[in-house]
Amino acid sequence: MSTAKTIQDLTSQDYKWGFVTSVEEDRIPKGLNEDVIRLISAKKEEPEFMLEWRLKAYRHWAAQEKAQAEPKWANVKFPPIDYQNIAYYSAPKKKPELKSLDELDPEILRTYEKLGIPLEEQKRLAGVAVDAVFDSVSVATTFKEKLAEKGVIFCSFSEAVRNHPELVKKYLGSVVPYTDNFFASLNSAVFSDGSFVYVPRGVRCPMELSTYFRINASETGQFERTLIIADEGAYVSYLEGCTAPIRDENQLHAAVVELVALDNAQIKYSTVQNWYPGDKEGRGGIYNFVTKRGKCLGRNSKISWTQVETGSAITWKYPSCILMGDNSIGEFYSVALTNNYQQADTGTKMIHIGKNTRSTVVSKGISAGHGQNTYRGLVKIQKGATGARNYTQCDSLLIGDKCGAHTFPYIEVKNSSARMEHEASTSKIGEDQIFYLRQRGLPTEEAVSMIINGFCKQVFRELPMEFAVEAQKLLSISLEGSVG
Amino acid sequence: MSMLEIRNLHASVNNHEILRGIDLTVNPGEVHSIMGPNGSGKSTLAQVLARRETYEITQGEVLLNGKDLLSMKPEEAAGEGLFMAFQYPVEVPGISNAYFLRAALNAVRKYRGQEELDAMDFLPLLKEKMQLLDMDERFLNRSVNEGFSGGEKKRNEIVQMAVLEPTLAILDETDSGLDIDALKIVAKGVNTMRSKDRAIVLVTHYQRLLNHIVPDFVHVLVDGRIAKSGGPELALELEDKGYSWADAPVAAISK
Repeated sequence: MSTAKTIQDLTSQDYKWGFVTSVEEDRIPKGLNEDVIRLISAKKEEPEFMLEWRLKAYRHWAAQEKAQAEPKWANVKFPPIDYQNIAYYSAPKKKPELKSLDELDPEILRTYEKLGIPLEEQKRLAGVAVDAVFDSVSVATTFKEKLAEKGVIFCSFSEAVRNHPELVKKYLGSVVPYTDNFFASLNSAVFSDGSFVYVPRGVRCPMELSTYFRINASETGQFERTLIIADEGAYVSYLEGCTAPIRDENQLHAAVVELVALDNAQIKYSTVQNWYPGDKEGRGGIYNFVTKRGKCLGRNSKISWTQVETGSAITWKYPSCILMGDNSIGEFYSVALTNNYQQADTGTKMIHIGKNTRSTVVSKGISAGHGQNTYRGLVKIQKGATGARNYTQCDSLLIGDKCGAHTFPYIEVKNSSARMEHEASTSKIGEDQIFYLRQRGLPTEEAVSMIINGFCKQVFRELPMEFAVEAQKLLSISLEGSVG
Repeated sequence: MSMLEIRNLHASVNNHEILRGIDLTVNPGEVHSIMGPNGSGKSTLAQVLARRETYEITQGEVLLNGKDLLSMKPEEAAGEGLFMAFQYPVEVPGISNAYFLRAALNAVRKYRGQEELDAMDFLPLLKEKMQLLDMDERFLNRSVNEGFSGGEKKRNEIVQMAVLEPTLAILDETDSGLDIDALKIVAKGVNTMRSKDRAIVLVTHYQRLLNHIVPDFVHVLVDGRIAKSGGPELALELEDKGYSWADAPVAAISK
C-alpha cells in the first residue's frame, strides 16, 4: 500500500554526520585493568585523590562485571559487550592544553565547521559558549574569559580537576556515586574528559553554555563526565549535542552527568543527541548508556531536563531529579525517536523527598521502521514529602506497522497528601491525516514533519530557540523516507 | 475549455467497484450539486477527484483544466487549484491554524511559481476570511481542528477554502452535522466564493443546503452512476419522491 511505501521512503535518509576526520591519535591499547586506569590518570596529570577514586570505581565495576551484573532489565537487545576489546583513551595528538583556538588541529576545526559549529565564529559572535569534546578530550572552550568576569567557571573536566580540585572533590560522585550502576561505575573508572560548570552565588550565567561531543576514533569508547553546580540563586542553561562517524561496529558511549542546584538555583539542561544510529539493517551505531541525574539540594531549586534523542543504535538513559530541598521542582521533557532498528529505553526518575516538591514529566516517543521505543519512568514520593505533586504525560506515536511503543510507568507513594496525575496515549500517524495535509498542498514529507512537530511541540518549546529549530530539522531528517 | 471533464470513470476499493462509469462536465462559474443515497459513491467520487490513493481507477479519464488529473498526486491537484472540504476534517494537534494555513498557502503558491507570503502579509488575509465565517480570533492559535465542535470544523474547512482560493472546490457533505445557523454561515461563505472563474461541486444528502446555495445543475448518483441530471428543481423533486424514483429509469435501461 502507498502509505507503507512512503514509510519506507522516509526512512531511507542517510546519516549526514558520518564522516571521519583524519587526525593523529594518541591512544592507549585496548583492554581494561588497573594499569590502564593509572595510565589514563597519569596522562591527565591528575592529583592523587582522582586516581584513588577511579581505582575504587574500577574495582567495584570489575567485581560487577565478574558477577555479570550488567543491567539486563531494559527493554533492549544487544550481544554481550567485550569490555577488553575497547580502547579507553584516544586523543588528537596535538597537546590538548591549548592557549587559543589557533593552536587547534585545523582538521578538528574543520570537523566542527562541517557539523555546523564554527568555533572561530562562535568566539566572535556573542551568544553561546562552546566546549568541544573530540574523542576523549576537550579540545576547545570558547568564551572562557567573558564568563570568568562573572565568576562562572566553564572548562573541561581535566582542567577543573587541576584548577578547582576543591569543587571537584566536594561534588564529584555526590549525585551519581561510582557504585550507582554498572555503566556509571565504568565511567567513573575510565572517564577521560567532559565539561565542568560552576555558577557562583546569585549569578545568572550570561549566555547559553554548550558542549559538543564527537566520537571520531574507531574501536574506542567515549566516557565523558559532566558536572554542573549552580550555587545559591544562580541560573544556568546548558546544551549538549553529539554526533559520530558511520562505522560498522558498535561503539560504547557511557557518560555520566551530575547536576547540583543549591537554594533558589536553577539549572536547565538540554540535549540534542544524534549519535550514529546504525544503518538500515541495524549494523553499527552507538550504544548510548548514560546516567544523568540532578539533585535539587536547596530550597526552591529547580532542575529541568529537555532531551531530543534521535540517534544511537541503543539508548538507555533516565535523566532524573532528586528533589531534596523543600519546594524544589524537577522537570523532564523528552522526544525520543527510533527508526530502522534503533532501540530506546528512556524516561526519568522523580524522587520527591522535600516538602511541596513538584515534578512534571512530558515524554513523546516516536517509532518508525522497526524501531522499538520504551518509556520507563519512576515517580517516588517519600514519607516526608508532604504536599508533593507530579504530573506525567506520556505519548507514543507510531509510523508504520513494524515498530513498537512500550510504556512502563512506576509510581510509589508513601505520603498520602501527594497528588499524582498520569496521562498516556498511543496514536498512529494515519493515512487520513497525511491525506488531509496533502490535499491542502503540502508534499508528504512536509506533511509528516508537520504532524510530528505538532506532536512534539510541548517539548520543543522548552528548548532554547535556535536549538528548537535545529531539533525540528533533525527530526525531519531522521524520518525522511519513512512515510510517503 | 471545461474546468472538469469526467469520462466513463470507474473506481474500486478492494476489488469492489464503487464508481461504475461516471460522465460529468463542469465549466467555470458553475455550481453543481451531486446528490444520492448512502453508498451511492458520492464521497468516493469526491475523494477520487482529490486523488486519495485508497481507490483504484479501473477505467476512464478525468481532465482538470485540460490536464490529466488521475496522474496527479493530491498535493499536485491542490497546486492545480483543486480543493476538497472534508466530510470529517482531521485534527492536527500542536499545529496552529495560522501556521498550518500559511504553510498550505505557501505550498500551493510555490507549486505555481508564486512568491511565498510571510507572516506579516498572511495574517491580515486570514483575519479577513475568518470574519467572513464568523470565526473568533482565538481560532488563530488553536491547533487545527483539535477540540473543535462539528460546526467549527466545517466552518474551518470553508475558511481554508477562502484562503486557498481554489478554481475547483469540492464540498463533501459540508452540511452534515450543522445546525441551521451554522449552515447559513457556511452557505454565506460559499456564496461569497462564487465567481465566473471558479466552479463548485457540492456533494450532499439533503436538499436543505441547496436552499442556501442554489446550484446551476443537480445530478443524482445511484449505484455508482449518474442516474439523472437537471436544474435546481430536480433537488426539490427528489426531496418529494425519494431516490428510488431517480433510480428507476436507469434500472430499466440496464435490464
